[in-house]
Amino acid sequence: MKHNKILYLLTAVMVLFLSSCFKSLNVEPIDPNVSTANNVFDSPEAYTQALAKIYASYALSGQTGGGGGNPDIGGIDEGFGNYLRQLWGLQELSTDEAIIAWDDATIKNFHWQTWAPNDVFLTALYSRIFYSITISNEFIRNADVAMETADGTFLADLKNYKAEARFLRAFSYYHAIDMFGNVPFVTEEDMPGAFFPEQISRADLFNYIESELKAIEPDLGAPRFEYGRADQAADWMLLSELYLNAEVYTGTPRYADAMTYVNKVLSAGYTLDDNYDDVFCADNNTSPEMIFPICFDGQNTQQYGGMTFILHASNGGGMPLNGIDGGWGGIRAIQNFVTGYFGATESDFSPDNPEDSTIADKRGMFFFNTDEGWQWNIDNVGTFTQGIGVTKFKNVVYPDRVNYPDSTLPAPNAHSTFVSTDFPVYRLAEAYLIYAECVVRGGGGDMGTAVNYINELRQRAYGDNSGDIIAGDLTLDFILAERARELYWEAHRRTDLIRFGKFTGGDYVWEWKGNTQAGTATDSYRDLYPIPSNDINANPNLTQNTGY
Amino acid sequence: MKFKKLVITKLLPAVIFVLVGFTTFGQKTITGTVTDSDGEAIPGVSVLVKGTTTGTMTDAFGKYSVAVPNDATALVFSYIGMKTQEKTIEGNVTDCILSYDDSELAEVVVIGYGEVKKEDATGSIQSVSSDDFNKGNITSPQDLLTGKVSGVVITSSGGQPGGAATIRIRGGSSLNASNDPLFVVDGIPIDNGGIGGMANPLSTINPNDIESFTVLKDASATAIYGSRASNGVIIITTKKGHAGAMKISYNGNVSIGVPAKLLSVLSGDEYRTLLQQKVDEGIVSDVALTKIGDANTDWQNEIYQNAMSHDHNVSLSGSYKILPYRLSLGYTDQNGLLKYSDMKRSTIDLTLSPELFNNSLKLYLNGKAAFTDNNFSNTGAIGAAVQFDPTQPINNYNYRFGGYTAWVEASEDDQKNGMPNNIATHNPVALLEFTDNTSKSQRYFGNAKAEYIIPFMPELKVVVKGAYDYFNSEGHRYTDWLASWSHREPDQNVQDYSNMRYTSLFDSYLNYNKDFGTVHKVDFTAGYSWEHHYYEGTFIHHKWSASDSAVNAGSSAYKNEYLLASLFGRLNYNLLNKYLFTATVRYDGSSRFAPENRYGLFPSAAFAWKINEESFLRDITAITNLKLRLGWGKTGQQDIGSLYPYIPTYVISQTGAYYQFGNTFYPTLRPDPYDPSIKWEETVTENIGLDFGFMQEKIIGSIDVYKRITNDLLNDIPIAAGTNFSNHLITNVGSLENSGIEANLTVRPVSNKDMTLEVSGNFTYNVNKITKLTLVDDTTFVGYDVGGISGGVGNNVEINQVGYPANTYFLFQQIYDENGMPIEGLYTDKTGNGGEVAGDNLNKYYLENPAPQYLFGLSSRFTYKQFDVAFSGRFNIGNYVYNNNASSMALYQNLYNQSGYTSNILSDVSKSNFRTAQYWSDFYLENASFFRMDFVTAGYNFEKLVSEKLSGRLSFTVQNAFVVTKYSGIDPEISGGIDNNIFPRPRTFILGLNLNF
Repeated sequence: MKHNKILYLLTAVMVLFLSSCFKSLNVEPIDPNVSTANNVFDSPEAYTQALAKIYASYALSGQTGGGGGNPDIGGIDEGFGNYLRQLWGLQELSTDEAIIAWDDATIKNFHWQTWAPNDVFLTALYSRIFYSITISNEFIRNADVAMETADGTFLADLKNYKAEARFLRAFSYYHAIDMFGNVPFVTEEDMPGAFFPEQISRADLFNYIESELKAIEPDLGAPRFEYGRADQAADWMLLSELYLNAEVYTGTPRYADAMTYVNKVLSAGYTLDDNYDDVFCADNNTSPEMIFPICFDGQNTQQYGGMTFILHASNGGGMPLNGIDGGWGGIRAIQNFVTGYFGATESDFSPDNPEDSTIADKRGMFFFNTDEGWQWNIDNVGTFTQGIGVTKFKNVVYPDRVNYPDSTLPAPNAHSTFVSTDFPVYRLAEAYLIYAECVVRGGGGDMGTAVNYINELRQRAYGDNSGDIIAGDLTLDFILAERARELYWEAHRRTDLIRFGKFTGGDYVWEWKGNTQAGTATDSYRDLYPIPSNDINANPNLTQNTGY
Repeated sequence: MKFKKLVITKLLPAVIFVLVGFTTFGQKTITGTVTDSDGEAIPGVSVLVKGTTTGTMTDAFGKYSVAVPNDATALVFSYIGMKTQEKTIEGNVTDCILSYDDSELAEVVVIGYGEVKKEDATGSIQSVSSDDFNKGNITSPQDLLTGKVSGVVITSSGGQPGGAATIRIRGGSSLNASNDPLFVVDGIPIDNGGIGGMANPLSTINPNDIESFTVLKDASATAIYGSRASNGVIIITTKKGHAGAMKISYNGNVSIGVPAKLLSVLSGDEYRTLLQQKVDEGIVSDVALTKIGDANTDWQNEIYQNAMSHDHNVSLSGSYKILPYRLSLGYTDQNGLLKYSDMKRSTIDLTLSPELFNNSLKLYLNGKAAFTDNNFSNTGAIGAAVQFDPTQPINNYNYRFGGYTAWVEASEDDQKNGMPNNIATHNPVALLEFTDNTSKSQRYFGNAKAEYIIPFMPELKVVVKGAYDYFNSEGHRYTDWLASWSHREPDQNVQDYSNMRYTSLFDSYLNYNKDFGTVHKVDFTAGYSWEHHYYEGTFIHHKWSASDSAVNAGSSAYKNEYLLASLFGRLNYNLLNKYLFTATVRYDGSSRFAPENRYGLFPSAAFAWKINEESFLRDITAITNLKLRLGWGKTGQQDIGSLYPYIPTYVISQTGAYYQFGNTFYPTLRPDPYDPSIKWEETVTENIGLDFGFMQEKIIGSIDVYKRITNDLLNDIPIAAGTNFSNHLITNVGSLENSGIEANLTVRPVSNKDMTLEVSGNFTYNVNKITKLTLVDDTTFVGYDVGGISGGVGNNVEINQVGYPANTYFLFQQIYDENGMPIEGLYTDKTGNGGEVAGDNLNKYYLENPAPQYLFGLSSRFTYKQFDVAFSGRFNIGNYVYNNNASSMALYQNLYNQSGYTSNILSDVSKSNFRTAQYWSDFYLENASFFRMDFVTAGYNFEKLVSEKLSGRLSFTVQNAFVVTKYSGIDPEISGGIDNNIFPRPRTFILGLNLNF
């Protein structure tokens, strides 16, 4: 019968679908931009790209340029969830070097030193630190597997790569030990999944970072083997910084060890740049004193956080644009810093010449113009033009310092919004300052050499030897001040103030510290930031830092 | 009457004949044919010998043959949707003509994979048919339903033509997974996620083609859809052809929309006065005075228009021989209040529903196509028009920005043509003129269904369905190179995109429907369903200059798919037509989960008791319906953003996100976070309901009480640092609860030939509470921030915390002075710790939430002869709104920005006198309860107008007629409860014409 045929046909079709369709739920990503863990490492190039991701985790917020989606971490706006931006904020906004005008969430709490464990910016940097650590762990695991079968130059590359991944992991753990103290601890032994990492003590973490940095020293590239990558000099700088602050982290000073490693840097062939401001221009990748940068590029490494943030946020109120397309009117310096370390006052600036103050130390690159509404005292933290503008970082190049000292050209790969200026994490000048500090703190070395190093920096700053010091001037207070003059806005300030005992408490107060205009003492437990409450709630193994 | 005639002429003789002639014989065989009033054979009709359980069913040709005892007197014929008939046996042939049962209770409602007589429904189901739809300039199906169904909250995103809406049935059951209900169009579950260039895919369905909606609310009704039904199901049934000659019908309207209310800002003169005053007070720098102009520009007036729209639909329906058909064509041109915003849509819908082989094979073929041209205009102009300095002229005759006044960097010498200030507000008129933001989209929807009644077993039916839904859009957003904001990211000035998605679906099921006498009735369905969803798209951006575009182009692309496969079954058992039992089960598999977690089992059970059928009520004629319903069921959820959340994947970075080694820039490879053990989110619903009908259905209604508990929430939460490749992960953590009461009541006090009056109301009460949120129960934890606002970045005003509803506001308690004015920056010190109260989140209070606690919909229809009048409105009570417009734009500090430009502020600034932003003050949290009159309409029906055949209706409607609220913003109805930059909803006046030939 005709009907039966139709019935059979329908039944057949049903059976066909029933048997074939359940299987097809096993799908794998089909997007050409997405690979699975099983097929991603199909070429040596993939390892380079995976390593590049760890480096990029300090410069970029995700896999789309500018901050246009696909972020690495959640819970925060992409432009804010940038490693360098938050590192800079936690190290600078909490100090006398910078203050911010904006109303973004709890950002003003940094300057007031009133942050809480649920602060979104603290959480962002903490998340960033562990993000970089986790992807380093993943890379190390994958490199270990590949090294079992690799040979020739690929094996040599993998050795380098793995050592760099371990360096970057140590670099992030260094930020963790410095800012959060006792943190969860994971290594390549910990596979991703639902587990609760153990909390490591600050002292134990110190030993781990130290042992890692020492262990990878032979596998890292020689100093300046390739720009942008961590080499032995970066390793030595991180070790000397770790030892320099050892007393804060462990209670035991290690200045002699700091001296050991800074000496290796000093003999590695780096030289000071002739011009201080060239170190902060768009072509600073060519600077002879750059040891380890976080790289940015207007066309290839685009990001609203990072250097784009530092340049734009510090611009406004009629300041020169220096290669960017406009200011966001956020961060500037305060009088305690400008007057306290450069001796400059309001009368050093005039509306005709708002940039060129009469400050002899040319490292003080400030802007102040009453015609544009600038005001020396900060009555309202939210008004950008109260305070003193900073013009240290620029997105231009000086092509010919000799013949045309003030004429500039656009940055390489110039983009009006995204800057090409790299962030100097470590540069030679800091090595000079570490050497001098170790000498003064009794870590060995030679006082005459120390004075020479400081004078080299000051001669560059003054243009002549009018700023030179003698051995008697080289005190701890002088070193803290000199570090401020040389390294301001380079994300060292909070660590320095803590090492010198001036960050919290009432020894040193500045405008709006403790949320009063005159400045007031704060509690010493704030030398450490709290473990973010998100992690306390996600990991039962964690105990909050004292005081929070 | 017919029946009497029948009794006298046929039954009586028959009875006598039977009594006299055949009482002593044993058995005999009776045959016959059952047809409807049109003479069409009806298969599957139950034929029972009266007073026994002996019986059979008609075959595909409507024929039956049954052996009856000789003493049998009559046969009982029954069929769903038709009046049951009793026929006295006369001779060996008994034919029967069944007539359709038009009473309310006999109405058939569409449910998942089938239909059921309303009186036999066991779940919480509500239907809305075209008579009850909202009237107005409605281009999107969901707007037909707003306020009509208890428990359903529909919030449009604003007045954007073809814009999306947020639809919530009984509150949201998820935190991060989708809270949207499942839409089923003519039996096909559709993917209602938007794609770029078309925000609301529902808007591609022409509302004129919709016959009815059925909303399935409790789990006993929805569980047949398993994993996709946690948020309820909305079934859309479209119109079909009918028997008979071709009927042509035209439906059209022209309308004009006007702004109902705009934000109140300062005029140019008021601005100059206020600025001078604030400079004198030292609050604003005197540099500001050098920036202002002498114009008086009303920027809002410049960007809005009265929106003319028109809409036309023609449908042809009838039967060509055995082929019923319906063809409809629609054209809509809807303009928005914002200049240039526009949607032009053409739709075609063709339905063929032939029945073959003497009706044993029913085919249903439907094809829909929609072609939409969208102009999204530049909604950024809405906020800009509020903020742009009213003292500036529209045009200042510069040559760099096409003449349109633009803010220039303060450091530039030429303040007309210098480098534009990128963070300043951009000229609202220029934003509209220099933006070309349009898209074209196509949607094709094909649906074929075959229903086959097995000839030798007419109670068994096989249904096979296949559907294909294809959807694409292509669009661009171009920024003219003259635009002052085109300099910020010049490589974004030319943006081209295209997106495509399709769904293919196959399902088939068996249905067995048999009456075992008058005692037992069984209706059993079992089947299989399979769906494949696929998406892809590209996005390209570059500078205007062609040479640059090659070098600086950025591009991205995506391609994704997921699959669902399911087995499902339902058993309806009817005992004595008094006790109804339903059990359903669905076994769902989703490609989103690992094989070991892939399948979820979603059962439900329901019981209903038709109390009015009991002997003690049967004689009370005033009670026509009284039914108690109890339901329990479990449903699931798998709809999260990620399609491969359990697979470890790596993603390569796009151009612009490369990193430098030496002189080479490398793309980067990133491992993405994954949760190998991610699984279904599960919601258990319990429901008790009562349906009632009194006085010949003059009063009908229902009341439901429910509780829904969701466990293993698919929740995007912070995870333990160091354990995965991000700080956040979508994983199964947390629980939440919704409970509520719903009621519907319709009263028809007058119903006669000349006059009818019907009044309907519905009531909803829902409370939502989070009961678990984190792995660690830390009592000091305040919750996870949600609810980002504009003004600053990363600022949130809502929170998710255990013990509170989702999206509870989390704010400081404002302190007021003796005159009732808020004191800037002064808040209650909740913790008592002293110091800076605003510096400590622990001082914030958990306050209210955006969801309305009570809803009350009210509508009425009155007809008198050829005139009719109707209205529909609704109360939302207890919905709170954070007035973000006021908190970010009613501040004196905004008058002048240190980057060198002036801005307008809201007149509301006088209510707070705040100088700087106080985003977390509860001063900005307002009770936005409201009553909105959705429409008022009046019409006149005419017949035999020009010729005998022509009839029609002429109507006048006011849509969004008025809103009563205490809320101070322009509109209290805000999806998500944060009011900023909303596209204003128009008040629309519509003249409509309907003609039938």
